[in-house]
Amino acid sequence: MTMAFADVEVGTELPSQDFVITRLDLIKYCGASGDFNFIHWNERISKSVGLPDVIAHGMFTMASAGRVVTDWVGDPGAIVEYGVRMTRPVVVPDDDAGALLCVSGVVAVKNDDGTVRVDLTARFGGETVLARAQAVVRLR
Amino acid sequence: MALNSDFLGRTWPAVGTYVVGREKIREFAASFGETNPLCLDVEAARAAGYPDLVAPPTFPVVITGVAMDRVLFDPELGLNYAMVVHGEQRFAYTRPVTAGDVLAVEMRLTNIRAMAGNDILTVEAEVTDESGAHVVTATGVIVSRGTATEG
Repeated sequence: MTMAFADVEVGTELPSQDFVITRLDLIKYCGASGDFNFIHWNERISKSVGLPDVIAHGMFTMASAGRVVTDWVGDPGAIVEYGVRMTRPVVVPDDDAGALLCVSGVVAVKNDDGTVRVDLTARFGGETVLARAQAVVRLR
Repeated sequence: MALNSDFLGRTWPAVGTYVVGREKIREFAASFGETNPLCLDVEAARAAGYPDLVAPPTFPVVITGVAMDRVLFDPELGLNYAMVVHGEQRFAYTRPVTAGDVLAVEMRLTNIRAMAGNDILTVEAEVTDESGAHVVTATGVIVSRGTATEG
Protein backbone atom coordinates (compact mmCIF):
# COMPACT_ATOMS: atom_id res chain seq x y z
CA MET A 1 0.00 0.00 0.00
CA THR A 2 1.52 3.25 -1.14
CA MET A 3 1.48 6.26 1.13
CA ALA A 4 -1.18 8.82 0.10
CA PHE A 5 -0.11 12.28 -1.10
CA ALA A 6 -2.97 13.86 0.85
CA ASP A 7 -1.76 12.33 4.11
CA VAL A 8 1.71 13.84 3.85
CA GLU A 9 2.84 17.35 4.72
CA VAL A 10 6.15 19.12 4.45
CA GLY A 11 7.84 18.22 7.71
CA THR A 12 6.27 14.77 7.95
CA GLU A 13 8.94 12.56 9.50
CA LEU A 14 9.61 9.07 8.25
CA PRO A 15 10.18 6.35 10.84
CA SER A 16 13.91 6.31 11.63
CA GLN A 17 15.89 3.10 11.40
CA ASP A 18 19.21 1.89 12.75
CA PHE A 19 21.27 -0.54 10.72
CA VAL A 20 24.08 -2.68 12.11
CA ILE A 21 26.69 -3.29 9.42
CA THR A 22 29.15 -6.15 9.84
CA ARG A 23 31.94 -7.53 7.70
CA LEU A 24 29.61 -10.36 6.68
CA ASP A 25 27.11 -7.83 5.34
CA LEU A 26 29.83 -6.29 3.17
CA ILE A 27 30.89 -9.70 1.85
CA LYS A 28 27.27 -10.43 0.93
CA TYR A 29 26.97 -7.05 -0.73
CA CYS A 30 30.18 -7.66 -2.70
CA GLY A 31 28.62 -10.79 -4.14
CA ALA A 32 25.16 -9.37 -4.72
CA SER A 33 26.37 -6.13 -6.30
CA GLY A 34 29.46 -7.41 -8.11
CA ASP A 35 31.64 -4.74 -6.47
CA PHE A 36 34.62 -6.64 -5.06
CA ASN A 37 36.87 -3.65 -4.42
CA PHE A 38 39.43 -4.81 -1.82
CA ILE A 39 38.66 -1.87 0.46
CA HIS A 40 35.30 -3.47 1.28
CA TRP A 41 36.69 -6.75 2.60
CA ASN A 42 40.47 -6.69 2.93
CA GLU A 43 41.85 -4.87 5.97
CA ARG A 44 45.48 -5.19 4.84
CA ILE A 45 44.87 -3.50 1.52
CA SER A 46 42.47 -0.92 3.03
CA LYS A 47 45.18 0.21 5.45
CA SER A 48 47.86 0.13 2.77
CA VAL A 49 45.89 2.70 0.76
CA GLY A 50 45.42 5.01 3.73
CA LEU A 51 41.99 4.00 4.98
CA PRO A 52 41.47 3.37 8.72
CA ASP A 53 40.06 -0.11 8.08
CA VAL A 54 37.62 -1.86 5.77
CA ILE A 55 34.87 0.56 4.75
CA ALA A 56 31.31 -0.13 3.65
CA HIS A 57 30.41 0.30 0.00
CA GLY A 58 28.95 3.74 -0.46
CA MET A 59 26.21 1.93 -2.35
CA PHE A 60 25.55 -0.28 0.68
CA THR A 61 25.01 2.82 2.80
CA MET A 62 22.82 4.29 0.07
CA ALA A 63 20.80 1.07 -0.21
CA SER A 64 20.33 0.86 3.56
CA ALA A 65 19.24 4.49 3.80
CA GLY A 66 16.82 3.85 0.94
CA ARG A 67 15.02 1.29 3.08
CA VAL A 68 13.76 4.12 5.27
CA VAL A 69 11.99 5.44 2.16
CA THR A 70 10.78 2.14 0.72
CA ASP A 71 9.50 0.95 4.10
CA TRP A 72 7.63 4.23 4.55
CA VAL A 73 6.10 4.46 1.10
CA GLY A 74 5.44 0.72 0.84
CA ASP A 75 6.35 0.46 -2.85
CA PRO A 76 9.97 0.48 -4.03
CA GLY A 77 8.69 1.20 -7.55
CA ALA A 78 7.34 4.56 -6.34
CA ILE A 79 10.84 6.00 -6.11
CA VAL A 80 11.47 8.03 -9.25
CA GLU A 81 14.74 9.63 -8.21
CA TYR A 82 17.27 8.81 -5.54
CA GLY A 83 20.64 10.46 -5.11
CA VAL A 84 23.31 10.84 -2.44
CA ARG A 85 26.80 12.20 -1.93
CA MET A 86 29.03 9.93 0.12
CA THR A 87 30.93 12.37 2.33
CA ARG A 88 32.49 10.12 4.98
CA PRO A 89 33.33 6.43 5.01
CA VAL A 90 31.46 4.00 7.23
CA VAL A 91 34.30 2.07 8.84
CA VAL A 92 33.40 -1.54 9.59
CA PRO A 93 35.65 -3.23 12.18
CA ASP A 94 36.39 -6.94 12.34
CA ASP A 95 34.30 -7.55 15.45
CA ASP A 96 30.86 -8.80 16.40
CA ALA A 97 29.37 -5.36 17.02
CA GLY A 98 29.89 -3.94 13.52
CA ALA A 99 29.13 -0.35 12.59
CA LEU A 100 25.88 1.40 13.50
CA LEU A 101 24.23 3.49 10.78
CA CYS A 102 21.32 5.68 11.91
CA VAL A 103 18.99 6.96 9.20
CA SER A 104 16.12 9.43 9.47
CA GLY A 105 14.04 11.13 6.83
CA VAL A 106 11.64 14.02 6.43
CA VAL A 107 9.33 15.23 3.68
CA ALA A 108 11.03 18.39 2.41
CA VAL A 109 8.94 19.32 -0.63
CA LYS A 110 5.48 18.47 -2.02
CA ASN A 111 5.51 18.81 -5.80
CA ASP A 112 2.53 19.63 -7.99
CA ASP A 113 2.90 16.38 -9.91
CA GLY A 114 2.01 14.17 -6.95
CA THR A 115 5.56 13.48 -5.91
CA VAL A 116 7.32 14.44 -2.71
CA ARG A 117 10.99 14.94 -2.00
CA VAL A 118 12.27 13.13 1.04
CA ASP A 119 15.53 14.32 2.58
CA LEU A 120 17.50 11.67 4.43
CA THR A 121 20.08 12.00 7.18
CA ALA A 122 22.50 9.12 7.69
CA ARG A 123 24.83 9.14 10.68
CA PHE A 124 27.70 6.91 11.70
CA GLY A 125 29.68 7.58 14.87
CA GLY A 126 27.76 10.82 15.42
CA GLU A 127 28.69 12.29 12.03
CA THR A 128 26.72 12.45 8.81
CA VAL A 129 28.04 10.15 6.11
CA LEU A 130 25.71 11.21 3.28
CA ALA A 131 24.98 14.69 1.98
CA ARG A 132 22.16 15.79 -0.28
CA ALA A 133 20.55 12.41 0.25
CA GLN A 134 17.24 12.95 -1.47
CA ALA A 135 14.54 10.71 -2.88
CA VAL A 136 11.67 11.82 -5.09
CA VAL A 137 8.72 9.54 -4.44
CA ARG A 138 5.41 9.26 -6.30
CA LEU A 139 2.53 8.90 -3.86
CA ARG A 140 -1.02 7.83 -4.67
CA MET B 1 49.09 9.37 -11.79
CA ALA B 2 46.84 11.79 -13.61
CA LEU B 3 43.93 10.31 -15.47
CA ASN B 4 43.79 10.26 -19.23
CA SER B 5 41.71 13.31 -20.11
CA ASP B 6 41.19 11.93 -23.61
CA PHE B 7 38.46 9.83 -21.98
CA LEU B 8 36.33 12.92 -21.35
CA GLY B 9 33.14 12.76 -23.41
CA ARG B 10 33.78 9.19 -24.50
CA THR B 11 30.84 6.83 -24.81
CA TRP B 12 30.79 3.06 -24.53
CA PRO B 13 27.91 1.54 -26.50
CA ALA B 14 25.90 -1.28 -24.97
CA VAL B 15 27.49 -4.72 -25.22
CA GLY B 16 24.78 -7.37 -25.11
CA THR B 17 21.92 -7.16 -22.67
CA TYR B 18 21.27 -7.75 -18.99
CA VAL B 19 18.30 -9.96 -18.18
CA VAL B 20 16.89 -9.05 -14.77
CA GLY B 21 16.32 -12.26 -12.84
CA ARG B 22 13.99 -12.83 -9.91
CA GLU B 23 16.67 -14.54 -7.87
CA LYS B 24 19.14 -11.72 -8.48
CA ILE B 25 16.58 -9.20 -7.23
CA ARG B 26 15.98 -11.41 -4.17
CA GLU B 27 19.72 -11.84 -3.56
CA PHE B 28 20.37 -8.12 -3.93
CA ALA B 29 17.46 -7.24 -1.62
CA ALA B 30 18.65 -9.75 0.99
CA SER B 31 22.19 -8.38 0.91
CA PHE B 32 21.10 -5.19 2.67
CA GLY B 33 18.05 -6.52 4.46
CA GLU B 34 15.34 -5.20 2.15
CA THR B 35 12.20 -7.13 3.03
CA ASN B 36 9.58 -5.34 0.95
CA PRO B 37 7.23 -8.02 -0.42
CA LEU B 38 7.20 -6.37 -3.85
CA CYS B 39 10.92 -7.24 -4.13
CA LEU B 40 10.46 -10.84 -2.95
CA ASP B 41 6.95 -12.12 -3.65
CA VAL B 42 5.79 -12.33 -7.27
CA GLU B 43 2.12 -12.47 -6.32
CA ALA B 44 2.45 -9.37 -4.15
CA ALA B 45 4.21 -7.53 -6.99
CA ARG B 46 1.48 -8.51 -9.47
CA ALA B 47 -1.25 -7.55 -7.04
CA ALA B 48 0.37 -4.11 -6.90
CA GLY B 49 0.20 -3.83 -10.69
CA TYR B 50 3.74 -4.82 -11.65
CA PRO B 51 4.54 -7.55 -14.19
CA ASP B 52 6.97 -9.24 -11.79
CA LEU B 53 9.27 -8.56 -8.80
CA VAL B 54 10.28 -4.90 -8.39
CA ALA B 55 13.99 -4.21 -8.05
CA PRO B 56 15.12 -2.04 -5.11
CA PRO B 57 15.92 1.55 -6.15
CA THR B 58 19.70 1.02 -6.10
CA PHE B 59 19.57 -2.23 -8.12
CA PRO B 60 20.84 -0.56 -11.32
CA VAL B 61 24.38 -0.76 -9.88
CA VAL B 62 24.13 -4.48 -10.58
CA ILE B 63 23.06 -3.88 -14.17
CA THR B 64 25.64 -1.18 -14.84
CA GLY B 65 28.50 -2.82 -12.95
CA VAL B 66 30.02 -4.72 -15.86
CA ALA B 67 29.72 -1.69 -18.13
CA MET B 68 31.25 0.47 -15.40
CA ASP B 69 34.17 -1.94 -15.06
CA ARG B 70 34.85 -1.59 -18.79
CA VAL B 71 35.37 2.13 -18.17
CA LEU B 72 37.19 2.05 -14.82
CA PHE B 73 39.46 -0.91 -15.60
CA ASP B 74 40.51 0.37 -19.02
CA PRO B 75 44.30 0.52 -18.58
CA GLU B 76 44.48 3.62 -20.74
CA LEU B 77 42.35 5.53 -18.23
CA GLY B 78 45.07 5.09 -15.60
CA LEU B 79 42.89 4.46 -12.55
CA ASN B 80 44.18 2.51 -9.53
CA TYR B 81 41.02 0.83 -8.33
CA ALA B 82 42.20 0.45 -4.71
CA MET B 83 42.39 4.25 -4.50
CA VAL B 84 38.83 4.64 -5.70
CA VAL B 85 35.87 5.52 -3.53
CA HIS B 86 32.34 6.32 -4.56
CA GLY B 87 31.65 10.05 -4.26
CA GLU B 88 28.09 10.44 -5.44
CA GLN B 89 25.36 8.34 -6.99
CA ARG B 90 22.00 9.21 -8.42
CA PHE B 91 19.26 7.23 -10.12
CA ALA B 92 16.62 8.93 -12.27
CA TYR B 93 13.84 6.57 -13.26
CA THR B 94 11.32 6.64 -16.09
CA ARG B 95 9.88 3.40 -14.72
CA PRO B 96 10.92 0.81 -12.15
CA VAL B 97 13.11 -2.16 -13.08
CA THR B 98 11.22 -5.43 -12.79
CA ALA B 99 12.21 -9.08 -13.16
CA GLY B 100 12.15 -10.18 -16.79
CA ASP B 101 13.41 -6.85 -18.10
CA VAL B 102 16.00 -7.17 -20.87
CA LEU B 103 18.14 -4.08 -20.51
CA ALA B 104 21.00 -2.44 -22.35
CA VAL B 105 23.52 -0.03 -20.80
CA GLU B 106 25.32 2.76 -22.60
CA MET B 107 28.07 4.51 -20.67
CA ARG B 108 29.25 8.10 -20.98
CA LEU B 109 32.18 9.69 -19.20
CA THR B 110 30.83 13.21 -18.78
CA ASN B 111 33.41 14.84 -16.51
CA ILE B 112 37.01 14.43 -15.37
CA ARG B 113 38.43 16.95 -12.97
CA ALA B 114 41.07 17.29 -10.28
CA MET B 115 40.07 18.70 -6.90
CA ALA B 116 42.00 18.81 -3.63
CA GLY B 117 44.47 16.26 -4.92
CA ASN B 118 41.79 13.82 -6.02
CA ASP B 119 40.85 12.82 -9.55
CA ILE B 120 37.10 12.91 -9.94
CA LEU B 121 35.15 11.18 -12.71
CA THR B 122 31.48 11.44 -13.56
CA VAL B 123 30.07 8.45 -15.39
CA GLU B 124 26.51 8.21 -16.67
CA ALA B 125 24.90 4.87 -17.39
CA GLU B 126 21.76 5.05 -19.49
CA VAL B 127 19.63 1.95 -19.17
CA THR B 128 17.05 1.19 -21.87
CA ASP B 129 14.68 -1.72 -22.43
CA GLU B 130 14.16 -3.94 -25.47
CA SER B 131 11.90 -1.39 -27.14
CA GLY B 132 14.64 1.23 -26.74
CA ALA B 133 12.62 3.09 -24.12
CA HIS B 134 14.48 4.76 -21.28
CA VAL B 135 14.24 2.99 -17.92
CA VAL B 136 16.77 4.66 -15.64
CA THR B 137 19.88 6.78 -15.77
CA ALA B 138 22.48 6.03 -13.12
CA THR B 139 25.01 8.80 -12.60
CA GLY B 140 28.06 8.00 -10.53
CA VAL B 141 30.88 10.19 -9.32
CA ILE B 142 34.06 8.23 -8.70
CA VAL B 143 36.85 9.70 -6.58
CA SER B 144 40.43 8.54 -6.97
CA ARG B 145 42.00 9.61 -3.69
CA GLY B 146 45.20 11.57 -3.76
CA THR B 147 46.14 10.67 -7.33
CA ALA B 148 45.76 14.04 -9.01
CA THR B 149 48.94 15.73 -10.16
CA GLU B 150 47.31 19.15 -9.93
CA GLY B 151 44.38 20.80 -8.21
